[in-house]
Amino acid sequence: MNEMNEVRKPPVATTGFIGWLRINLFFNWTNSLITLFVIYCLYQFIPWILDWTIFSADFKYNYLGEQITNQEMCSRNLDPENGGACWAVIYVRFYQFIYGFYPKVEVWRVNIAYAMLALALLPLLYAKLPYRKYFLYFTYIFPVIAYFLLNGGLGFTEVSTNKWGGLLVTLVLGCTGIALAFPIGIMLALGRRSKLPVISMMCTLFIEFIRGVPLITLLFFGMVMLPLFLPEGIDMDGLVRVLVAVTLFQSAYMAEVIRGGLQAIPPGQYEAAKSLGMSYWRMNLLIILPQAIRISIPPIVNTSIGLFKDTTLVIIVGILDLLGIGRGTLADTNWLGLSYEIYFFVSLVFFIFTFGMSRYSLYLEKKLKTGINMGAD
Amino acid sequence: MHKSIIWINLLIWYREAIFEKRYLNNYLNGENNMKKLLSIFAVAAFAFSANAGTLDDVKNRGFLKCGVTTGLAGFAAPDDSGEWAGLDADMCRAVAVAVFGDRSKVEFITTTGKSRFPTLASGEVDMLARNTTWTISRDVNLGFEFVGVNFYDGQGFMVPSALGVSSATELDGATVCIQTGTTTELNLADFFRLNGISYEALPIETNDEGKENLFAGRCDVYTTDASGLSSTRAAAPNPDKWKVLPEIISKEPLGPLVRHGDHQWGDVVRWSLNAMIIAEELGVTSENVDAQMSSNVPEVLRLLGVEGNYGEMLELSNDWAYQIIKQIGNYSESYEANVGPDTPLEIARGLNALWTQGGILYAPPFR
Repeated sequence: MNEMNEVRKPPVATTGFIGWLRINLFFNWTNSLITLFVIYCLYQFIPWILDWTIFSADFKYNYLGEQITNQEMCSRNLDPENGGACWAVIYVRFYQFIYGFYPKVEVWRVNIAYAMLALALLPLLYAKLPYRKYFLYFTYIFPVIAYFLLNGGLGFTEVSTNKWGGLLVTLVLGCTGIALAFPIGIMLALGRRSKLPVISMMCTLFIEFIRGVPLITLLFFGMVMLPLFLPEGIDMDGLVRVLVAVTLFQSAYMAEVIRGGLQAIPPGQYEAAKSLGMSYWRMNLLIILPQAIRISIPPIVNTSIGLFKDTTLVIIVGILDLLGIGRGTLADTNWLGLSYEIYFFVSLVFFIFTFGMSRYSLYLEKKLKTGINMGAD
Repeated sequence: MHKSIIWINLLIWYREAIFEKRYLNNYLNGENNMKKLLSIFAVAAFAFSANAGTLDDVKNRGFLKCGVTTGLAGFAAPDDSGEWAGLDADMCRAVAVAVFGDRSKVEFITTTGKSRFPTLASGEVDMLARNTTWTISRDVNLGFEFVGVNFYDGQGFMVPSALGVSSATELDGATVCIQTGTTTELNLADFFRLNGISYEALPIETNDEGKENLFAGRCDVYTTDASGLSSTRAAAPNPDKWKVLPEIISKEPLGPLVRHGDHQWGDVVRWSLNAMIIAEELGVTSENVDAQMSSNVPEVLRLLGVEGNYGEMLELSNDWAYQIIKQIGNYSESYEANVGPDTPLEIARGLNALWTQGGILYAPPFR
């Protein structure tokens, strides 16, 4: 009788590693087929990519042991049968990729700005940071510090934005665009839903106009037409003009994303806030916006990632961002024909940043539990 | 009835008071308004005058602003240390040397094919050296002034050496990679029709695409400007496997340009280029320029500022041309260093040789 009471183990095929395999990869014959096909592709691709990027690649020296100073010295150009990527071009041009043409004696300022950016992001990334409040104060004043640090003034020698380039420009455009577009976007979203006809009409007009034209058009407008309207004495910096265009573009998209969040808030929330006697601003700041922004985190990050990648369009108005520096490098007769290496590197840098952003949004979603239904049913 | 009249009177009086107050303010602030008006005129006048005194603007600013490409092999591209190098970059530097006697007094502004003209028109750059083809509409209608030609380019053909073709007229039935919507497409059609041969077009969008298609063997011929073909060839894993055919089927004279209406500045740029060409003609190089100061050739002495006051005429120092040759070199030196046969681009002098050596490079006499 005791035997009957013994707990029977579940079948081997449903637990452990084998069970996981069966359920996730070989559940039925279509799944099995797809799994085998993917494994075959990876088998073909992974050794090749590893070999090309790492094992047969040149990092600084070619296979003869010489330091590479031009494309003719790359192993794969010396001996087309052997040799993988020629990363020496990235090694030699690393400074330009990161700082552009920033003068070498002043480059410590950019380094400090990069470090400060990391410090300013810290309280946004970790909610449990000790003394987070003080770190946040720093985050708020960081843009001002960064402006003087990078551009000059307050005792720093001025470095014309014309000399900025590479990752520096990409980050300045991306961070400023995203940071400025957020508050402007909120105002536009509230404005569009406002009951005051003039405000709502103006906001709608602005949003629809900006969303109706491609970013390239706005960049051209900022770069080419703005100086024609301004009198000659007033010289608006090229990078500022592009920043204005990027920010306007991003804020229109941000406004629509946040409007989506606002519309998802059940009317009961508004009514409850009003019944407590809250004013319009108090209601929005304390009740509506926190919920609306919380549910719009995924699309907010989505458009931000989009903007970060769209900053590469500034090449067409003659600003050399990370991709622009890459293309400039390709035009150097010393490094002709290394497009695979350069585009690979640029895409890797972009991947690191955008992947980081999407991971951060996942962390935020988890922290704020946006998946939970907030009584909207 | 009586009461309402009082109220209306009060209202009228109140409105008048407001009006008077405004009027008074306006009157008191009249001087300010006048100042505002004057400053608007001043700005307008400045905008007008900026067109006229580019040389003075450049001198006051302390450096030249020169528009170049965002990167084109041999013409303008940043080198490993971030310095711009190339034929067009040398052109910019030559002008900076002429004005300041210092090759580093130049700021390179990168422009694209689309942004270059508005950038020049708005005064953001003082000149463009951005391999721009000299055409009538750009010279006349856009309000620019081409001051010379620093590279004679033209549309050419590149084929695999294995194809065994030595002339473009033998390309009957070939598949041609061609950038759509460009003048090169029209030139190609004209050339093949004129020679009574046929071709099959493989449309592409960018230079990179053309390169990949040609290298992969999807087309037999790639056609674009000869300088572009040379850089494409240089980028090939094995350049000897490709060959640029001798036929050039279009005229693409590339040269520096400035804004219309400022002839003094135009002259400075024009003669900076001419000085380099004349120096080559006279055999003056950056190496022998000091020895040439005591030459017995009158034109050399005039060029180097030993005789005459040609610098003064241009409102430059008298040794401006000496400095250009000393710091940049003559045209040949710049050509050989950036695009010549010893560089990866391997572009033969061809049309860009001096008129005395079978090319069409020609500068008016220096006297």
